[in-house]
Amino acid sequence: MSLFFIVALPFLGALLPGIMNAAGRSAVAGVTFTVSLLAFVGLLTNLPSVLAGEVVMARVDWMPVLGLNFTLMLDGLGFFFALLILGIGLLIIAYARSYLSRDDNMGQFFTYLLLFQGAMVGIVLSDNILLLLIFWELTSLSSFLLIGYWKHLPEGRQGARMALTVTGMGGLAMIGGMLILGQIVGSYDLSVILQNRELIQADPMYVPALILILLGCFTKSAQFPFHFWLPHAMAAPTPVSAYLHSATMVKAGIFLMARMWPVLAGTPEWFIIVTSAGLITMVLGAVIALFKHDLKALLAFSTVSHLGLITMLLGTGTAFGAMAAMFHILNHATFKAALFMSAGIIDHEAHTRDIRRLGGLRRLMPVTFVIATLAALSMAGIPLLNGFLSKEMMLEETTHTVLFNTPWLVPALAVFGSLFSAAYCFRLISHVFFGPVRDDYPAKPHDPPAGLWLPPAFLVVLVVIIGVAPFVAEPFVKLVTASVLGGEAEVPKAYFKIWHGLVPALFMSIAATVGGIVLLLIFKPALRVWDAAPRPEAKVIFEAIIEAAATVSQKLVLPLHNGAFSRYAAIGSIAIIAAGFYAWATGTVGPTTRTLQAADPVAIAGWGMLVAATAGLVFLHRNRFLSLILIGIVGLMVSIGFVFFSAPDLAMTQFTVEVVTIILLLLALNFLPKHTPIESSVLRRVRDTSVAVAGGLAAFGMAYHFMLRDAVTTPISEFHLANSYKGGGGTNVVNVILVDFRGFDTYGEIIVLGIAALLIYALTEALLRGPVRARLLNRKPDQARAGDMHPMMMVVLTRVIMPVVLMVGFYIFLRGHNEPGGGFIAGLIVSIGVVMQYMASGFSWASARLKYPYHGVIGAGVLVAGLTGIGSWFVGKPFLTSDFTYVRIPPFHEFELATAALFDVGVFLAVVGAVMLSLESFSRLARRAHEPETEHPMDIDPSRETLPDEDGSTAKGAV
Amino acid sequence: MEFLVASAIGIMTAAGLYLLLRLRTFPVIMGISLLTYAVNVFLFTSGRLTIGAPPVLRDDMTTYADPLPQALVLTAIVISFGMTAVVVMIGLGAFLGSDDDHVDDQPEQSGGPT
Repeated sequence: MSLFFIVALPFLGALLPGIMNAAGRSAVAGVTFTVSLLAFVGLLTNLPSVLAGEVVMARVDWMPVLGLNFTLMLDGLGFFFALLILGIGLLIIAYARSYLSRDDNMGQFFTYLLLFQGAMVGIVLSDNILLLLIFWELTSLSSFLLIGYWKHLPEGRQGARMALTVTGMGGLAMIGGMLILGQIVGSYDLSVILQNRELIQADPMYVPALILILLGCFTKSAQFPFHFWLPHAMAAPTPVSAYLHSATMVKAGIFLMARMWPVLAGTPEWFIIVTSAGLITMVLGAVIALFKHDLKALLAFSTVSHLGLITMLLGTGTAFGAMAAMFHILNHATFKAALFMSAGIIDHEAHTRDIRRLGGLRRLMPVTFVIATLAALSMAGIPLLNGFLSKEMMLEETTHTVLFNTPWLVPALAVFGSLFSAAYCFRLISHVFFGPVRDDYPAKPHDPPAGLWLPPAFLVVLVVIIGVAPFVAEPFVKLVTASVLGGEAEVPKAYFKIWHGLVPALFMSIAATVGGIVLLLIFKPALRVWDAAPRPEAKVIFEAIIEAAATVSQKLVLPLHNGAFSRYAAIGSIAIIAAGFYAWATGTVGPTTRTLQAADPVAIAGWGMLVAATAGLVFLHRNRFLSLILIGIVGLMVSIGFVFFSAPDLAMTQFTVEVVTIILLLLALNFLPKHTPIESSVLRRVRDTSVAVAGGLAAFGMAYHFMLRDAVTTPISEFHLANSYKGGGGTNVVNVILVDFRGFDTYGEIIVLGIAALLIYALTEALLRGPVRARLLNRKPDQARAGDMHPMMMVVLTRVIMPVVLMVGFYIFLRGHNEPGGGFIAGLIVSIGVVMQYMASGFSWASARLKYPYHGVIGAGVLVAGLTGIGSWFVGKPFLTSDFTYVRIPPFHEFELATAALFDVGVFLAVVGAVMLSLESFSRLARRAHEPETEHPMDIDPSRETLPDEDGSTAKGAV
Repeated sequence: MEFLVASAIGIMTAAGLYLLLRLRTFPVIMGISLLTYAVNVFLFTSGRLTIGAPPVLRDDMTTYADPLPQALVLTAIVISFGMTAVVVMIGLGAFLGSDDDHVDDQPEQSGGPT
């Protein structure tokens, strides 16, 4: 199966469980299992190639300019991890089916789980490091969702937040490191990077890149000092802990260290940082684990400790260390997942995970006892179980590792850590399963149904098989090791076997095991010492840091954002003016290339009116009705200016938009105060005036300079003029640009317009449902009402005009392709015609006659435009490619049919819908306020034979 | 002619900015509208000023006004209507909800927890 499918399957499958909740819990689990199984089988189909030593590749160029390509690679290492992720994933899905209770939303859980699984598979199969980073962040996000799955638990939420913060910060650091690495090599493809060891290690940026990448790995794999998040993430449901926090996600950091091993390892910096971090983590985790009473906390710290062990092995930089690390990853995944699942079983059956409240479960839960004991003994490093083999290899490796010129340091610490490791394993077995049967368990424990114990049992079988017959795993582990080493070192010849003779590692192992038993015997006094010892609490420190960061941000942000919008506007204006001034002062201004055109009297008169209206607006803006009239004059003058300067389309648009804008503002002003009081001080007005004058001068200067100079390069306008008729079939170049050359822009714009109208509708709905509604209903109009709200003259006139307006709109629409006009203008004209009906006969009368809701009109418009665009796909052309032809139906003149006209229909509909929906929403507020329901088009109608009382009531209401 | 247009842009910008810095929603909306005119006209002038040559192809003409800024400004005008309508709605909603049409947060209201 193609690698793309293996990565894509979990993501695609993630859609299913979420929507299948109604189909029942087994169906949800079944579909999740099937999806994982398919991906798993797909992976296995690639096994022959991997065993033959080939590297399977799959590549699609995504953004080649950025070096970001969707390149996947499957070698031994990737196969090994993908096998763990998908294989253990299958067991976890089966286990979770029985584990989750009826109250849990299982569809949601499995959706998150599949998302996580896909992201993880993506990490291990990525060949492009930018792609890898994307999957890396996806694992952080999906694990956040999984850890916080039980949203009602505060620990779950806090743990999820902490995990996201720590791993997210590490991920950010890693992005930096990866980008540096890509810069050094000149490629973001791992297969290229891995060939350039010398180049990378000789580069001065090697150490920064190394530190940044290691930050990412250490946070993800919970290495000291970032180990603290992992135990808190244990608030997650146990299947999540078993999957993410033992077998897969926490190994992502280790995977990356292994992946990068050929190019990053082997330097003193790598050795010191990685080995010491691993060593500290291993010892610290083991010591803390021993004194934890919560089963999952114990296992969490033991995971931290084992991750430290693997990190340390990778840090040594030797081929044998890398092989031991790979073997231990395999072994740890098997026994630790089994242990987590056993802890989940105990929690599920006994309703507690507190070791102090357990004991004697050996007789009550014999199956669980066998599974957990074998897994724990393997973790302790007892012979004939797989943990023993890799632990021996680890101890063997430490005897050759010299840190800080002290040959005994690493072996001693390794034995010390192993001693505690053995102790907590023995404690787990003896304190949970041995001892007398108690009578105070929170629930009566017994062995669970097979669904819960089969998955861990399967893993324990693997533990025993590898432990007894290590040669089974040897070829595979060596294959994986070979791809880790990547040709930089020879795969060690050492055989995997139980008995190596009387080597130092054996004595170290015996010392650790015996020490562990002794430590368990003196556990009670040791615990007292531990409890009495002061130690830092990571959660408290973490929260203090977060708290401090929040306080600092508030101190920084709140003075800047004090809610005074006029201040923001002033600061923004001044900043823009200053930036423009700086550019002007430091840049060069080219020579004048155009001559001033002479001003004629008409233009001067228009200019005079515009300036007078603008000035009047500033001085008289407190009278709001007057300012509406003045801004209408400004808009009119701008429209006339457009006509004057050869832009008839713009003039028509501006003019019609002006009409609807004024209507809209009038509707709004109906509710707003009619006067603006004097509030700002003289000083403030002086300040505002100076900002305004500076901005005005700047705009003037820029426009003036601009108009007297030609463009520095040839504008593309010539192309449009030359091709408008030939390619677009229209002579009105502006319209052809809108519906053809730049049709995609226009498509986006009608969508924006539609969204704006829907937003207005939604805001109105929200207002009418909230407390404002009562105020609107009780509102007394603050202006005198017209006696005749729906005057006969106006009603008759608008009725007569309506067909004419529609005809004009139709005409403007049709001529748009060749003469000024088009969908935008026609839409506005028709809207005005419809608005007039509302104005004449009132809202309810008009909307009762509305056949199509305006949302639908907007949607239809966008749909028509979009379908026109899609239509060109069927003839194998890109989206929105236009075509036209000329037809002649006798006796008419020959005329043109263009797909662009169909697109323009979409524009027309969207404009009508958007304008009408906006105006309608505003008038709905007014209708609720004070207008009576009208049932007739006009209040006084001589042709109507009215009943006296009905007429009376209407008249009364209208007063 | 260029001077007239440039000064009109400057005057509309200045008036728009002044009104934008007022304290009540309605003058601020007026200011935004004026700025919209100024910006649209400025964008339009990037095609330079041409009199009597609309970009509608004719057999007897060889030079036309620049059509590209016109097409861009046309959609800008329509979009700015949508934007004005949204801003007016937000201002109106705020006024109806709190009986106060100040643009800035008022001290007695910002005293609560943020």
